[in-house]
Amino acid sequence: MSGPAASVGPGPATRADHCVVALAECFRGDGEILANPIGTVPMIAGRLARASFEPDLVMTDGEARLVAGPVPVGVEAPDVIVEAWNPYRTMFDVVWSGRRHVVMGASQLDPFGNHNFAFIGDRRRPRAQLLGFRGAPGNTVNHATTYWVPDHSPRVFVPAVDVVCGIGTDRARALGPSGRFFELRAVVTNLGVLDTSGPDGRLRLRAVHPGVAPEDVQAATGFLLPMVDDLEVTRPPSAAERVLLARIDPLGLREREVRTS
Amino acid sequence: MPDKRCTEDEVVAELADGMTIGIGGWGSRRKPMSLVRAVARSSLRDLEVVSYGGPDVGLLCATGKVRRVVYAFCSLDSIALEPHFRRARQDGTVETFELDEGMMLLGLQAAAWRVPFLPTRVGLGSDVLEHQRDRIRTVRSPYDDGEELVAVPALPLDVALVHLHRADAAGNGQYLNVDPYFDDLFCRAAARTFLSVERVCPTEELASNGPLQSMLISRLWVDGVVEAPFGAHFTECVPDYPRDEEFQRAYAAAARDDEAWAAWRARYLDCGGHDAYRDAAGLR
Repeated sequence: MSGPAASVGPGPATRADHCVVALAECFRGDGEILANPIGTVPMIAGRLARASFEPDLVMTDGEARLVAGPVPVGVEAPDVIVEAWNPYRTMFDVVWSGRRHVVMGASQLDPFGNHNFAFIGDRRRPRAQLLGFRGAPGNTVNHATTYWVPDHSPRVFVPAVDVVCGIGTDRARALGPSGRFFELRAVVTNLGVLDTSGPDGRLRLRAVHPGVAPEDVQAATGFLLPMVDDLEVTRPPSAAERVLLARIDPLGLREREVRTS
Repeated sequence: MPDKRCTEDEVVAELADGMTIGIGGWGSRRKPMSLVRAVARSSLRDLEVVSYGGPDVGLLCATGKVRRVVYAFCSLDSIALEPHFRRARQDGTVETFELDEGMMLLGLQAAAWRVPFLPTRVGLGSDVLEHQRDRIRTVRSPYDDGEELVAVPALPLDVALVHLHRADAAGNGQYLNVDPYFDDLFCRAAARTFLSVERVCPTEELASNGPLQSMLISRLWVDGVVEAPFGAHFTECVPDYPRDEEFQRAYAAAARDDEAWAAWRARYLDCGGHDAYRDAAGLR
């Protein structure tokens, strides 16, 4: 494999490598659904999952095409194989059918995984206007959702979000049967991995990246974060995955989003 | 067939204060910018704008045309957040009706089908519903499941403004890029629709411009056709032209302060109609 690979070779795996692998693992077992990771690191992770242990995943080119193969991120890919047409209108059919797993960013997350990226402050005159609701309400109530937080901090992990875009476990449970398609798969951050196995569906620390202490994660979280008894350490990419990463992320873009500290 | 060709200013003359205007395209892609600029230059006010938002929304907010924005996002794509829209929101100068992207689709579809709402699971549990119970209600399934669903209200438009690649003089419109977005729905949800196009061509040419499926909108839905080469500039209108990223960066930077905005406005808005804009932006 050629190219200026960021982490092929003898060097130790970076924090970004661990984040990519942790996100890729979130797609394990998904089979033939639309894997829709949004953002650079999630996109690299999704393409890695498909190129290795989850080959049936369907992925977009970021616009109206579903494309095959380990399409590189951040560079022109002249030999992309188009599988199908998937304009925005079709995407909503996919979302509402449940055949999708999205990875979204989050400006705020609360202890139950309620999510905000719409605005900070009051709806009538927000302190900071962010993305708007986008597709978060529809995504979370219809299919699997994973969040990616590249800067785990008390500003993101807050006791209460300013507005709920994607719904958390408490709100999904309150819906009764209408919440049956909800699944908050995981929250992957630059410090570790959270799941929803805490008391009453609260977020709980399941794994840390190497070099991160659980106290570090708690200090970067604005609420009391439970921890599993057998805390895991996320795994590095395998040798085969490193080769794939060099093809999928030839510019090493993941290292720009996550610094090894 | 009727000849519906007209100018941007003739379209603006058909609009009135307080109207609900739907604008096609998505983010910073295939936006009817020559029509939007004509509205921005006019004396119109208190508009309600329904859009998969991009610089259309930002420009109309920055020029004080907007009372309320009905939106799910407002983005320049390569610049994640529309800075002029952000400024209007943070200054509290526009109201909003916040929607999920799919809810907007359903609201337009309901209006197009002349039904008061369409049911969906989208919004359940989310504050898009809980914070806007005055505007969005729920409905219980009349069937045995008895499930409670969101009744997305119809979003009827007084006028839709849409930019396509080609049309004939009668308003048969054609898109030549990879995504129709929701342009046909905007047309069908509107009492009146005005298309701008890169080029008006003879009807018999349409079928040879692209596959049959590219002929998105029939003249049934169209009231006026404006020929506007570079009419979507600076947004993307491939295959005719890509997004003008440099121009877009300058537009975004003009949200920095009043002085920067005044300079941008003088150069690209108050310069006059679309021909003057093309001269100012070097689009020949």
